[in-house]
Amino acid sequence: VKLELTSEQRQARAEYRAFAAAEVAPHAGQWDRDEALPPEIIRKLAERGWLGTIVPKEFGGPGIDMITYGILTEELGRGCSSVRSLLTVHDMVCQALVRWGSKGQREQFLPRLVSGEILGAFALSEPNAGSDAKGIATTAEKDGDEYVLNGRKRWITFAQIADLFLVFLQCEGKPTAFLLERQTPGLSIEPTKGLLGTRATMLGEMIIDGCRVPAGNMVGRIGFGVSHVVAAALEQGRYSVACGSVGIAQACLDASLAYSRERVQFGNPIFDHQLIRAMLTDMIVQVRAARLMCYRAGHLRETGDPGAFMETMAAKYLASTVAAKVATDAVQIHGGNGCTDDYPVSRYFRDAKVMEIIEGSTQIQQMVMPRFEFQEF
Amino acid sequence: MDQTQGKIKEFLSRFFKNHDLQPDEDIFALGFVNSLLAMQLVAFVEKDFGIRVEDEDLDLDNFRSINAIAQLVQRKGGTPPAAASEATA
Repeated sequence: VKLELTSEQRQARAEYRAFAAAEVAPHAGQWDRDEALPPEIIRKLAERGWLGTIVPKEFGGPGIDMITYGILTEELGRGCSSVRSLLTVHDMVCQALVRWGSKGQREQFLPRLVSGEILGAFALSEPNAGSDAKGIATTAEKDGDEYVLNGRKRWITFAQIADLFLVFLQCEGKPTAFLLERQTPGLSIEPTKGLLGTRATMLGEMIIDGCRVPAGNMVGRIGFGVSHVVAAALEQGRYSVACGSVGIAQACLDASLAYSRERVQFGNPIFDHQLIRAMLTDMIVQVRAARLMCYRAGHLRETGDPGAFMETMAAKYLASTVAAKVATDAVQIHGGNGCTDDYPVSRYFRDAKVMEIIEGSTQIQQMVMPRFEFQEF
Repeated sequence: MDQTQGKIKEFLSRFFKNHDLQPDEDIFALGFVNSLLAMQLVAFVEKDFGIRVEDEDLDLDNFRSINAIAQLVQRKGGTPPAAASEATA
């Protein structure tokens, strides 16, 4: 068992942390209020090569190891969950292409995704289909060398600005994945506003009205869209959300330590009150536990272990529920101040709740994990 | 049953408990195949036999039975780890 980061991983963490502290965290509150990320932050991420970092060298990416990737998402998530979400969905599209893309698709799209020239988005959910991905109603019909796509997609993260959508639909009545480029005639995007959390993720609803795409845009094969393409992308997404949740929880702990040292009640900093110490202790321990689970999942993903699926799900389950609990306590420690946007904990609280819903809700994971464990039983 | 088939049977048996899976038995017809199996099966054959499953291999007939999976592994030049270590011993 190896539980220490390498010197390269520690160095990468220092770099990510410094960037997040200087370029992300100070603006996250404003981006939340604006319900948008400005193009400059996306450009800065692209310049540093932090979009598509999981793409292996053979396909034109940097191919960073999974633990380092986890650190990147944790540190950016500590600064701003919306920025972390940008990486999450972009890298899910990258991962789907790395895993199941054709040679042509990889050559056409991966270098542009890695450079940040184009942004990817993952289009699975629909007005009437979420966790039950097999209930999707969007369709693709063959017409010569093309397919004609029709349907609606909802809750699509960064749909407002994405260039390349990985769309899941029914083809010949079977779940199938297609790439759909933004400029395709018939595609329109309606912004979704007023979100509870991760408000700067520029969500949109896609109206897909007779979009014609080349047959070569099919990812994987007919019938393998959910079992293989969604599965590969969602595992990537779950890992990213898990690590991002650790980032939120760490930010809550940081804020609570600082606040409790400054805030004086009954003649002492509230840090000296035992009930506050108890809350801080639970935060400290839970953050550490969730981070270790993420590293373990990252290690199994890095080595291609079949157990990575379960370990990633378990890490996401723990980290997202820890983030929600820690954020609740962070608001509690901040009292009235925690209920305003003068302090970041109110944003962490809203963002943390979203983590328990996306990339497999807590309840879906509770349905799946015992089934998995029974296999090993 | 050769080594490759044996390893595949061992892996699949966790999904088909209390059932002695036969080499040509259709695992999809057994009705136990679920979303948990699909990507784990890919990860298993890639890791244990050192092959890469590509998009063109996504055909249910490649995964339908122990023998079908063994043929996929053989076609892609896979080697079971035990056989590889014996060969070098």
